[in-house]
Amino acid sequence: MLTPGSELEPRSFPVTRLDLVKYAGVSGDFNVIHWNERIARSVGLPNVIAHGMFSMAQAGRYVTDLAGGDPGAVTEFSVRFSSPVVVPDDDNGAVIEISGTVAEQFDDGRVAIDIVARQDGTKVLSRTRAVIRVT
Amino acid sequence: MSPNPEFAGRTHGPSAPYEVSRVKIAEFATAIGEQSPLCFDKTAAQAAGYPDVIAPPTFAIVVSAASSGGLVRDPDFGINYAMVVHGEQSFDHARPLHAGDVVTATTTVEQIRPIGKHTSVMFRTEISTTDGELVCTARNVLVERGE
Repeated sequence: MLTPGSELEPRSFPVTRLDLVKYAGVSGDFNVIHWNERIARSVGLPNVIAHGMFSMAQAGRYVTDLAGGDPGAVTEFSVRFSSPVVVPDDDNGAVIEISGTVAEQFDDGRVAIDIVARQDGTKVLSRTRAVIRVT
Repeated sequence: MSPNPEFAGRTHGPSAPYEVSRVKIAEFATAIGEQSPLCFDKTAAQAAGYPDVIAPPTFAIVVSAASSGGLVRDPDFGINYAMVVHGEQSFDHARPLHAGDVVTATTTVEQIRPIGKHTSVMFRTEISTTDGELVCTARNVLVERGE
């Protein structure tokens, strides 16, 4: 049950360099900071960083599963990108930890979920909320 | 150089029609790790009440970013893309996009404001079918980092 105030089980979403290559291709966002370590470091980043929209998509998976696996049940979805997800060039990549709280239930039955995503304890998505239809 | 404040209120679009395909939805879902059958299997999507396979909630960025890009890339806007970070993003879906939708996007610069040394630019993109049905309103905030 998605009762207002209840804490939802956190989940981990891994992200590797290969994921970023795939996401660049499918989204058309070929910004070099998402795949070229040399250029990422030259503009002051610690390493290659994930597309913000990749992290938002992982939060989208989290809420889609709460909505019974129906991506169409996510009617409103907003995020703030508070810090980049740094993705090292190794076999493990990075891990995005996502947790959520049920914030509100509306008269039409939809539920608002407040979400936080972190990498190594640092918030990467803040002020993140999804409104989902639950059946 | 920072974004030209005269671009506030400027509109770009409607874009050329974009046809949402089953293949593109499947590729997008695969790339983000979404495994819902509603993104891959027309029969499953129809059993859930949709006309065809549906797109994950962030798929609309494919259409909205192409549209807002028409403004971002305008040399007169003066945005230095190398210094830009994605600050915020939202989607308000009237319904999910599904395979077979043919949509156009129109982007408006809602606000340009300084934040210390940085400049924040908010875009609103409306995605509608070619029949005029509003499907999704996307907002994104780009922040150009100042020196």
